[in-house]
Amino acid sequence: MLPIILEATIGAGLAKMGGAIGAGFAALGAGFGIGRIGGSAMEAIARQPEASGDIRANMIIAAALVESVCLFAVIICLLAVVLQM
Amino acid sequence: MFSKICKALSVVVLLFAMPGGFAAMPSQEELPGEVTTVEHETATPAEGTGAFNPGDFMFDHIKDAHEWHILTVGHNHISIPLPVILFSKSKGVQVFMSGKFDHGQSTYKGFRIETTGENKGKIFDEDGTRPLDLSITKNVAAMFFSIALILWIFLSVGKAYRKYPIKAPSGLQSFVEPIIVFLRDEVIKPAIGPKYERYMPYLLSVFFFIWINNMLGLIPIPPGGANLTGNIAVTMVLALFTFFITNFSGNLNYWKHIFNTPGVPVWLKLPIPLLPFVEFLGVFTKPLVLMIRLFANITAGHIIVLGFISLIFIFSEMSAGLAYGVSFVSIAFNVFITFIELLVAFIQAFVFTFLSAIYFGLAIEEHHKEHA
Repeated sequence: MLPIILEATIGAGLAKMGGAIGAGFAALGAGFGIGRIGGSAMEAIARQPEASGDIRANMIIAAALVESVCLFAVIICLLAVVLQM
Repeated sequence: MFSKICKALSVVVLLFAMPGGFAAMPSQEELPGEVTTVEHETATPAEGTGAFNPGDFMFDHIKDAHEWHILTVGHNHISIPLPVILFSKSKGVQVFMSGKFDHGQSTYKGFRIETTGENKGKIFDEDGTRPLDLSITKNVAAMFFSIALILWIFLSVGKAYRKYPIKAPSGLQSFVEPIIVFLRDEVIKPAIGPKYERYMPYLLSVFFFIWINNMLGLIPIPPGGANLTGNIAVTMVLALFTFFITNFSGNLNYWKHIFNTPGVPVWLKLPIPLLPFVEFLGVFTKPLVLMIRLFANITAGHIIVLGFISLIFIFSEMSAGLAYGVSFVSIAFNVFITFIELLVAFIQAFVFTFLSAIYFGLAIEEHHKEHA
């Protein structure tokens, strides 16, 4: 009886740890990606200030696309933490 | 002219009432309630243990429900009851207000609302099965409100344009026109090309639907605050619309690019069709990613705000002074995050529309002679 409860608790604990670490990595990835996008957007605006409107629009689109991948990972981590299987 | 507009409008309204059918079934969610492990108990409304459970608090505010909860004062829940429409095999059609369930404490005609565990908030029959549930839940009611709002805005703008076609825009027109012109000239025309007018109604409708529902979800007072676009069933239906329109308007060139991509070495297509398989998967993953992107962004925004608020209550269980101190920081963060969420509301609507336009453009693209 006791080993089964212990195993279930350890399993749930591992799931939470995996979920939290995964979400951390996802945030890391999003930070790197969007940071690079923002950085190159800044450089491009510095080189050609009159194109800043175009550059801004494209930067936002690229950032949204990168962020969607990060949030996909966050959803998977949330599932890992919350599903009782 | 007027009948044409009426027909177009009725199609749009019916098209957007379809998510109601899907959204009315809370079982489509990917996020079931908190795990009830051996250690902790979820506080049910009937017991009112007083312990604050942040997981339950957050998921209750994100998920769909059969009543629209406004406040909880002590042990009293103040909420707006919503109609429950059930089709059960044994009892036929049942229509009643969800107030009969008394927040999960009583049963009505053998039906009860599950209050704990994975199936929290869902209606069960006495024999343990679930009837076909097409109730007007919180999300459906919110969608009716936002549809009414959208119809009011655009019907009045359209009427103003029809009545005085030469007059300069004023009032609501001058708010809506720059947005529509921006979408048409910067997003839809470059993406689709000369035949863009066929797809304009759908793309504009989806943009304003997503944007207005995202913004309404940020208002904590009913009829706002219902997290409609954070319901994966709703975003799934929107992505399905894009999927069907893309594939039904795909021409031969489009399908050729998927199954027999030109300019690619033959060993990728024959004997094992690697590239066609990947491209065929791409037909399904593109709308899937649209669905997940919108759902995850909006739900994540709500979870962040709810998390900062539950921080106050978690600290209040340790000491009242700590709670007051944390509340300043928490509210400041919440205001900041809400500003970002306003931006995200627009960006997500824009990205959904932009990517749908790109997919339509790819579907109707004619063959270019680009042999080097």
